[in-house]
Amino acid sequence: MQKKDSVSLRNRINATVRDIPRSGIRDLFDIVSTMKDVISLGIGEPDFDTPWHVRESTMFALERGVTHYTSNYGYLELRQALAKYVGKKFGAEYNPENEILVTVGVSEALDLALRALVTPGDEVLYHEPCYVSYRATILFAQGVPVAVETKPENGFRLTRAMLEARVTPKTKVLMLNFPNNPTGAIMGRQDLEDIAAFARERDLIVITDEIYGELTYDSPHTSIVSLPGLRDRTIFLHGFSKAWAMTGFRLGYACGPAELIEAMMKIHQYTMLCASSMGQKAAIEALARPESDIGEMADEYRRRRNFIAAAFKDMGIECHRPLGAFYAFPSVARFGLKSKDFALKLLHEEKVAVVPGTAFGGCGEGFVRCAYATSMENLKEAMARLKRFIGKL
Amino acid sequence: MDELLKILQANATESRENIAKMLNLPVAEVNRRIADYEKRGVIRGYQAILNEDQLGLDTVTAVIEVKVSPQREGGFNTVAARISRFPEVRSAYLMSGTYDVLLFVEGRNLREVAAFVSERLSPLEGVLSTSTHFMLKTYKRLGVLMESGHAEERLSVAP
Repeated sequence: MQKKDSVSLRNRINATVRDIPRSGIRDLFDIVSTMKDVISLGIGEPDFDTPWHVRESTMFALERGVTHYTSNYGYLELRQALAKYVGKKFGAEYNPENEILVTVGVSEALDLALRALVTPGDEVLYHEPCYVSYRATILFAQGVPVAVETKPENGFRLTRAMLEARVTPKTKVLMLNFPNNPTGAIMGRQDLEDIAAFARERDLIVITDEIYGELTYDSPHTSIVSLPGLRDRTIFLHGFSKAWAMTGFRLGYACGPAELIEAMMKIHQYTMLCASSMGQKAAIEALARPESDIGEMADEYRRRRNFIAAAFKDMGIECHRPLGAFYAFPSVARFGLKSKDFALKLLHEEKVAVVPGTAFGGCGEGFVRCAYATSMENLKEAMARLKRFIGKL
Repeated sequence: MDELLKILQANATESRENIAKMLNLPVAEVNRRIADYEKRGVIRGYQAILNEDQLGLDTVTAVIEVKVSPQREGGFNTVAARISRFPEVRSAYLMSGTYDVLLFVEGRNLREVAAFVSERLSPLEGVLSTSTHFMLKTYKRLGVLMESGHAEERLSVAP
């Protein structure tokens, strides 16, 4: 075979893709995965196993041969169950025939929603610190990401004033994620009413990622879709990963007005075809008794949240009280280290993994994310190590 | 059920300080509640859950179904209470269905359990018949699986 000149591939890669930095989480993962005996508070997924009845019924479905393509929208039986669940839990009614789309995790649903809505140059408002994928997903959809910074003094909540400062005539979409990864912030009804009024007056489409909607600890969750006039301008995203501990099943869904769901379905149909049939059957089973599945896990998260908040307080580490999801986002600014250096030093000296706040946006500098989706035993040990660590700083 | 009891049921050795943190309560309040539960007999004891198979003991456990004739005063309780007092009886329950009382009985060997059934249990007044089953292996006890869990499947850091 003739030897070819080496090909420069870097310049062939789409410029947007090329210029997006890789996730800060992956950098940390590369280091942690080479170490032993690390207690990781860096894992953004439940430590619980998927409820046994869900796993068992998935195996049964496989035995029966549920291994084929499904409708592009997903099984109608699942969409009917979702319509019921979303109506009851989140307070918005959707027609299972054409207003619900089953996707491969919320990640796919978010990508579809943005690609269906954004025309190159449209601005998308979102709040930081936020889930690692938001900015990149907006860019992949050729949108212009416009970040609004939330602050600990405000419980990392979003206010209308913050949005007014960044909105322009080009703004088309507002993205929300409460309960929030990485801050654990939630938005109460009053907070959301201001945001809803803003969306109505500015005529924006809202994409709300409520994947942690079942996991609030001091007050019940309110969804923005339940507020007057919002259902018809909102794409509601949810899934089974967090509340049911089903991350590996990769099952999410989007609910919205038929026209928007139809547009998303068009992309889904040509790029994904359908979510896995096995995962969809698992989801049907999961919806059979959500209260008992989620109740026990949520109680345990609450106890851990209380424990970790009390432990930070004992150590004199400032942390706004996390009210939802399973993350605490304490400030480490007073130790005089950059978030990343703090995380690396803690990892090397005490073998505790936390994620630098900067992985979730520039304004995450000075913070680290600690996931309490780990056993109480691990949390106790991690807090003991953290205490020893800051004592030496 | 009080969340405090749930925590103790999951791990009775949890420190009072940690329980206080988990429940967002002062330690003194946790101590007061536990003392109260103990005094009222709601908490009747604290035990370790052992994997006895792993200890290689030769002891045997039998599950015994007992048919009982209810007494004129006291119904099943009189006989069941009398049976329960034998130290060999580890657990005893009144049941619905084809028999009345279910016992978990431990002995050093098969002969010892057989002797208990024939010499102590069966002759008791009110005991009509017994049916004894020997346990072969324990998979789960008191909500705890006897086989150690599989290794952590999750990635060490995830978004």
